[in-house]
Amino acid sequence: MPIVFIPAQLKSLTGGVSQVEMEADNIRQVIEQLEQQFPGIRDRLCDGDELAPTLQVSVDSSMGSRGLRTRVADAREVHFLPVIGGG
Amino acid sequence: MSSETKKYRVLGTRPRRHDGVEKVTGSAIYGGDVQLPGLLSGFILRSPHAHARITSIDTSEAEAMDGVFAVISGKDFPEVADKIADLGEGSINLSYLSDNVMAKKKVLYKGHVVAAVAAVNVHVAEEAAARIKVEYEVLPSVTWVMDAMQDDAPLLHENLCTDHMGEKDEKPSNIAVHMHFEKGDVEEGFAKADVVVEHEFKTATVHQGYIEPHVSVADWTTSGRLKIWTATQGAFTARQQTAEILQIPISDVVVTPCEIGGGFGGKIAVYVEPVVALLSKKSGRPVKISMTREGVFEGTGPTPGSFIRVKIGATSDGKLVAGEAWLAYDAGAYPGGMIGPGCMCVFSCYDFEHAIVDGYDVCMNKPHTQAYRAPGATQVAFATEQVIDEIAEQLGICKLEIRQLNAAKEGMRRVDGPVYPRIGLVECLDAVALSDHWKSPLEGENRGRGIAAGFWFGCGLKSSVSVSVNHDGTVNLTEGSPDIGGTRTSIAMQLAEVLGIDTFDVNPQVADTDSVGYTDVTGGSRVTFATGMAAYEAGLDLQKQMVQRAAELWECSADEITVEEGEFKGPGENASFKELAQELFKDGKPLVARASVAPDCATNGFAVHIVDVEVDPETGKVTILRYTAIQDAGKAIHPSYVEGQMQGGVVQGIGWALNEEYFFNDNDTMDNASFLDYRMPTILDVPMIDTIIVEVANPDHPYGVRGVGEPPIVPPPAAIANAISEATSTRLFDLPMSPPKVWKALSETS
Amino acid sequence: MAKTVLVTTTINGEATEFPCKPRESLLEILRDTLGMTGSKEGCNNGNCGACTVLIDGLPVDSCLVLGVEVEGVEITTIEGIADVGQLDPVQDCFLEGAALQCGICTPGFIVAARALLDKKPDADEQTIRFDLSGNLCRCTGYDKIVRAIQAVQESNGT
Repeated sequence: MPIVFIPAQLKSLTGGVSQVEMEADNIRQVIEQLEQQFPGIRDRLCDGDELAPTLQVSVDSSMGSRGLRTRVADAREVHFLPVIGGG
Repeated sequence: MSSETKKYRVLGTRPRRHDGVEKVTGSAIYGGDVQLPGLLSGFILRSPHAHARITSIDTSEAEAMDGVFAVISGKDFPEVADKIADLGEGSINLSYLSDNVMAKKKVLYKGHVVAAVAAVNVHVAEEAAARIKVEYEVLPSVTWVMDAMQDDAPLLHENLCTDHMGEKDEKPSNIAVHMHFEKGDVEEGFAKADVVVEHEFKTATVHQGYIEPHVSVADWTTSGRLKIWTATQGAFTARQQTAEILQIPISDVVVTPCEIGGGFGGKIAVYVEPVVALLSKKSGRPVKISMTREGVFEGTGPTPGSFIRVKIGATSDGKLVAGEAWLAYDAGAYPGGMIGPGCMCVFSCYDFEHAIVDGYDVCMNKPHTQAYRAPGATQVAFATEQVIDEIAEQLGICKLEIRQLNAAKEGMRRVDGPVYPRIGLVECLDAVALSDHWKSPLEGENRGRGIAAGFWFGCGLKSSVSVSVNHDGTVNLTEGSPDIGGTRTSIAMQLAEVLGIDTFDVNPQVADTDSVGYTDVTGGSRVTFATGMAAYEAGLDLQKQMVQRAAELWECSADEITVEEGEFKGPGENASFKELAQELFKDGKPLVARASVAPDCATNGFAVHIVDVEVDPETGKVTILRYTAIQDAGKAIHPSYVEGQMQGGVVQGIGWALNEEYFFNDNDTMDNASFLDYRMPTILDVPMIDTIIVEVANPDHPYGVRGVGEPPIVPPPAAIANAISEATSTRLFDLPMSPPKVWKALSETS
Repeated sequence: MAKTVLVTTTINGEATEFPCKPRESLLEILRDTLGMTGSKEGCNNGNCGACTVLIDGLPVDSCLVLGVEVEGVEITTIEGIADVGQLDPVQDCFLEGAALQCGICTPGFIVAARALLDKKPDADEQTIRFDLSGNLCRCTGYDKIVRAIQAVQESNGT
C-alpha cells in the first residue's frame, strides 16, 4: 500500500493534495487510479502508453525505475522524478 | 557482516592494473591508434556563425579534388523522427542528436558541424573542406542564460515551448523546461528564521577537458555491417545512437570501445561515429576522424553555465529552517540540460524543514551541454555552501558544526521527495573534525580555510559479464564497461574475492557489442558498483557449478561440500580452486558462468573537502596551499583508484573554481578554444591532494561499494570560495574566481 | 605538389629512414608513417605534452617539430623507454603507484619524467612540478604522478 507522492508541479490538478495512499501492483495501476481521482494527470505523467521519457519512478529509496511495469505492491513510497544522467 | 569490520583477502589491496604494462609502454590501442588497410582520414567542417540558416551547400569543388574520396553534408543523413530514446543514463531526442551531429537547416552555435570530407590524409581532407561553399543567412544570437530567457531573445527552435511537467506553454521560447519542487511551506519556514541570507551566483561554461579528442573509425564497406571503433564511455549506447541516427537496425552495427583517454560524461553522446560511418559507406573505404582540439571545445558538450539564486533561513541555534532556490541552466543548442539534478542537489546535503526549488533548462547558441562528472551539482554547491557559511558567520557558529548540525542522514527527505537510506555524510564531517588538516592552524596574511560538502546520486543501471575457466585454473572475465580509470581491475578483484583466487588469476577483457551482454555506460559512478556486482554474481554462479561438478567427482551430495576462501572441501576430499578447475577440465562440460544486473538504486556518495588558500591582493591570484578530500566510498575495492578519483575530481574542481571558462566574444564565438587559453590546472598549479576514505557500507552491494567517481568534483569551487572569503573577508559569487575578478572584488571592498 | 623528402635519423637507438612531406609533423611521422602510436595527439599545438618525445635528450612536443627537422638527431619515444623484457623504473613506479587512470597522457609524462630524472636526479617536488608543467593530465590530479617520480628517486637511493 504505497503512498504516492504527487509532484509539486501537478498540485494544480489535485487541488493541493500532495500524497495519496493506494493499493496498486505497479505504476500503471498507480497512474490509472490517480487519473480517476485527478483527471488529466495521466497525460502529464505519460507519453502515449509509456511513462514520459523525461521521468523516472523512485520506489522507496530506489532511483532509475522507468517503466509503467515497475512493481510497487510492497513499496512504502513512490515518487516521480526527473531522469538524471551522470558523467 | 558490515564491510567496515570484515577482512577481505583481495578487496582493499592495491594490485597493479591488468592493462598497466600496455599503458606505460604506449602499446595500448586508443581510437586514434586503430589502423586498417586502406584507411582514409577525415576532416570536419564547422559553422563560423553562432546562429544562421544554411541557404546552400556546394561540395562539388571539394569532391573533385585529387585524393578526396567522399564528402557529406546534412542531406546525406536520413530523417529522424522527433523521438526520445532511452540512453540508459538520461534520454535524448533523436532528431536533436542527429541535428547536432550534422546540421540540416540551421546552425545553432559556432562550431556546429555542417559537412565532412574523407581523403588520403588529413591535410588533403582539410584543404578540401575549405573548398566546400556554404552560404549562410546570419541570425542574431544569444549566449548568456538570462538573456536567452527574455521574451525578445533570438529563438533557436521555432516549435519549442516551455514544458511544465507535461503541460506546454503556447508561445515558443528558448526555455525548454521548467521544474518545480516543494517540501513543507517556505513562508512558514522563513517566518521562523532568525537570520536569512540570500545571494545570486553565476557560473561560466566549462569543459570536461579530457586530453584525448573524440575519435572514431568506421568500416561500412564489405560485410554490410557497420563496424565502429571509437572512444566512448559506452559501446552499447554508441551503437544505439548511431543506428538510430542512420536509421539502420542495431544488429547491423558493432561497436568496439577502444581504450579511452578520459570522458567525464563528455563521451556518451555520439559526434563522430555517424559521420565516419557515412563517409565510409560513400567512399567504400574505412575512415577515421580525430577531432581537432578546437573542435572539441566548440563542438562537443561542455557543462552548463548558470545563474543561481539561493536564500536560506536559520534559527539562532544554527538549525536551517527554510531554503529557496531559483536556477537557470544552459542547455546549449538543444533542450536536455542538467537542470533536473541541479534542482535535486541544491539542498541535498542538509535537512531543510521547508524548501522550494524552481529550475529552468534554457537553449542558447552554445554547444549542447553534456554531463561533467556530477552534472549540475557543482554549480549549486557553489551557491548553497557559501550561503551556509555566511549564516554560520552571522550566527557566530563554527562552519563545521553548522554542517554537522544539519547534515543529511538516513531517513531525511530530499526536496524532490525520496528519503535517504543509510548514507555517510555525518561520518565524512566527523572525519573532517578528526583530520590533521582541520586540526592544524593556518597562519599568515591573506590566508583562509574553507570547507564544503557535496553529493551525487551514483546510479546502478545494467551490466553483464561472462566468466570462463581456463584449464590451468585461471579465469577469463568478459565485461562491457570501457575502462577509463582502472575498473577492469576493480571488477576483476571482486570476482577474485568471491572465488577465493588471486587478482592476477583473473584475466579481464572489455568486449565489443557483439561479444558481451548489454552494459550501460562507464559513467554515473556505476562501474565498480554495478559491473562489480555482476562479476560477483557470476562468481557465485561459477562456484555453484563447481560444487555440483565436485559432488559428481567426489561421489557425494552437493550439500556435503563447503567452499571457503577458494578451498572446496568434501567428505574426505579437498581441492583449491585451481586444482579443482584443472581436474574438472579433464572431462565434462567446460566451466562457463554469467550474470547480469540492473540495480535500481542510487549509491549516494557524499564528500566533504577542506582547502587552505593564499590570496595575492596585488594580482588576485589564489594559491592552493593544502587540500584534503574526504569521501564515503562505501568500500574501497582498490584504494589507489578511489584516491585517484578523488584527487582527479578535486583538481578539475580547482580549475573550475579558479580559471576555466569559455570566453564568448561579441560574435558569440569562443575566443579561447585551445589548451593555452582554456587554462586547466597544470602539475605546477596544485599541491599534493590528501585523501581520507570513509567507509559506510552501501546496503545495496555485496561488498558495500558506493560510486566514487563523481562526488569529488562537487565541493571544490564552494570550498575554495569559502576559503577566499576567510582569507580576504570578500565573497565571490561568480565562477571562475580568476585573478582579474578576485583583484577587482578586493579593490572594491578595500 | 610538395616534394617528398627522405629523412635519416635515429629513433630509439635504431637508424631510421622515412619519407616526409615538409608540412608533416614529427608526431604524424611517428604515428602514421612509422606506425609508432605510443606518442599521442591531444591538441596538435604544443599545449598538452601528450606527444612528448626526446630529441638529443631534451623533451619536446613532437607536434611542434617538423619531420624534416629531425635529420641526424637522436629521438627517444615512449617505445624506447623500456628495455626488452624490462620496464624502466619510471614505468614501474607509475604502475606501482597507480599514477595513471585513462593513460593517454602517460607516455608523454614518462618520457618527460625520464629526461628530468636523467638530468636532475635529485629534483625536489617544486622542480619536478616546474619541469613537468608542459604535460597536462586531467584524470589524476597529478598527486600520484609526482609521488611515482619521487619513488623512482628513492629506489635509486637519491
